[in-house]
Amino acid sequence: MLEFTQQIVNGLSLGAIYALIALGYTMVYGIIKLINFAHGDIMMVGALVSYFSLTLLGTNIFVAMAAAMIACAVFGVLIEKIAYRPLRNSTRIAALITAIGVSLFLEYFTIFIFGPAQKVFPASAFPIKAYALGGLSVLNKDVFVFVSAVVLMIILQYIIKWTKTGKAMRAVSLDQEAAVLMGISVDKTISITFAIGSALAAAAGVMLGIYYNTVNPLMGIIPGLKAFVAAVLGGIGIIPGAMVGGFVMGLLETMVSGYGNSLYRDAVAFGVLIFILLIKPSGIFGEDTGEKV
Amino acid sequence: MQKVNNKWLKLGIEVVVLAALFTLVQYLITAGLLKQYYQISLASMCINVTLAVSLSLINGFTGQLSLGHAGFMAVGAYIAAIMTNMLDLPFITGILAAMLGAGLAGFIIGVPTLRLKGDYLAIATLAFGEIIRVTLQNIGYVNGPAGIMGIPKFATWPWLFGGAIVTIVVIVNLINSSYGRAIISIREDETASELMGINTTKYKVLAFVVGAGFAGLAGALYAHYFYIIKPETFNFLKSFDILVMVVLGGLGSTTGAIIAAVFVTALTAALQSFPAIRMVLYALILIIVMIYRPQGLMGNKELSLRTFGRIWGGRH
Repeated sequence: MLEFTQQIVNGLSLGAIYALIALGYTMVYGIIKLINFAHGDIMMVGALVSYFSLTLLGTNIFVAMAAAMIACAVFGVLIEKIAYRPLRNSTRIAALITAIGVSLFLEYFTIFIFGPAQKVFPASAFPIKAYALGGLSVLNKDVFVFVSAVVLMIILQYIIKWTKTGKAMRAVSLDQEAAVLMGISVDKTISITFAIGSALAAAAGVMLGIYYNTVNPLMGIIPGLKAFVAAVLGGIGIIPGAMVGGFVMGLLETMVSGYGNSLYRDAVAFGVLIFILLIKPSGIFGEDTGEKV
Repeated sequence: MQKVNNKWLKLGIEVVVLAALFTLVQYLITAGLLKQYYQISLASMCINVTLAVSLSLINGFTGQLSLGHAGFMAVGAYIAAIMTNMLDLPFITGILAAMLGAGLAGFIIGVPTLRLKGDYLAIATLAFGEIIRVTLQNIGYVNGPAGIMGIPKFATWPWLFGGAIVTIVVIVNLINSSYGRAIISIREDETASELMGINTTKYKVLAFVVGAGFAGLAGALYAHYFYIIKPETFNFLKSFDILVMVVLGGLGSTTGAIIAAVFVTALTAALQSFPAIRMVLYALILIIVMIYRPQGLMGNKELSLRTFGRIWGGRH
């Protein structure tokens, strides 16, 4: 039982990271119906920005995280403007292929500039301490990741539920044309959505850097895919769904690694995806909508 | 201007051109005039043409975005390698088993996933492709992540060239048949074609199975040309590679897919020492083509003798 609880503790911080990435996927999908394949790579850019902020500028981890979030927010808006906006009225497949292109571009342009080597996240930025909690061992990095992720999610909920911007975002995702008629600037709202989603991804990237101690140009692919699975699991486009989905994926992954074969860790994520797509493609929180002609 | 519209004349010219191309390369290889580098490029071109044409049937003509093509290639490569390397069976048995096996995998994956549409289908096929790869990594009989080594190098030029030609002939004839018209109608409007009485599931699965089967053929050729296969070779980046060819050539154009496959392979060979630049270029090609020419190089048009006839006629 103790070991089981320990696995849950380990899974919670990983789940929080997945949830943060999943939120970006789900927000973007909710508003422009695009699977932003490049989202995991934006997370990688965030991790790299924080790495350079820590090593070159010698800042502390909070400044590094803020820098990563700001840089990626700008970056996300730029990507949307350059690559996705011209395609807003074309087929969804064209947009999806473009997103794949953006993802490959970010990965290999980073390799081209910084080389493919793994960079060790400076340990001095976040000295690891372990606390004993009634037989459980809790690392301070797990606590940090979990707490900051939850704080970010609360801020997000506040923005979406209580601010005018959030109202505009919900309106645009519900009905773009009606939103325009109500005087909402769709372009601006979409830009803000990308900014917020990318900033959350950047925060997740920094956390992933702390969690695994390394940063590399391809680090965004697998966590990105898993977070995508989390978003689909919770019901893509639904914000609380992404949070729940993220935690479920994190816990599931630590359980499989802890009790089963860790080589199947990645296959399990994809298995969950296929299962959910076949049983209930709209996800746990989604409503089934009939096909409209 | 003389129109080349005699069917038999057209076929005759095509056969002569292809036979000349085949004989030329065969002569250059046997005479030892072709450097290893060019031989490998030509072999990759044949394999990539097979892959691109088979994926173009699924993505381009049926309009079902599949991102798991490398998975079917992996199934074919492994089955063929097991047949020849471990069971000592002749190459042709390996090829046929690879095609059947990959087709079967396409059927098993296609029946449940083809109910999904658009991006959901893309993600599901990507997931299946990755599951195939992870599964291969965990099978001890095929050496897990290390893969199979020392596969006999059976895939000579006639096999490679023949494989590509058979793929093109079968798929082009399929597209030009009544089956093909049903398949294209699904791409144009799935709901409408269903209302016209077309069993959309049947045709989607058919296209998927045929496409997967020929990806298996490409896998078998790959395994017996490069004599080493690893699960890692067939990850989703490989699927994206094939996708780049199909998209660049034009979704819905076989000749486009062929031209793009040849071009991309040549580009890959030229940039061999700079893999990062190659991928950056691929990415830019994908983005720029989608923004400025979403229908690809050829759109859904085919390059044919008639096109040449028109160009020729225009000059007079």
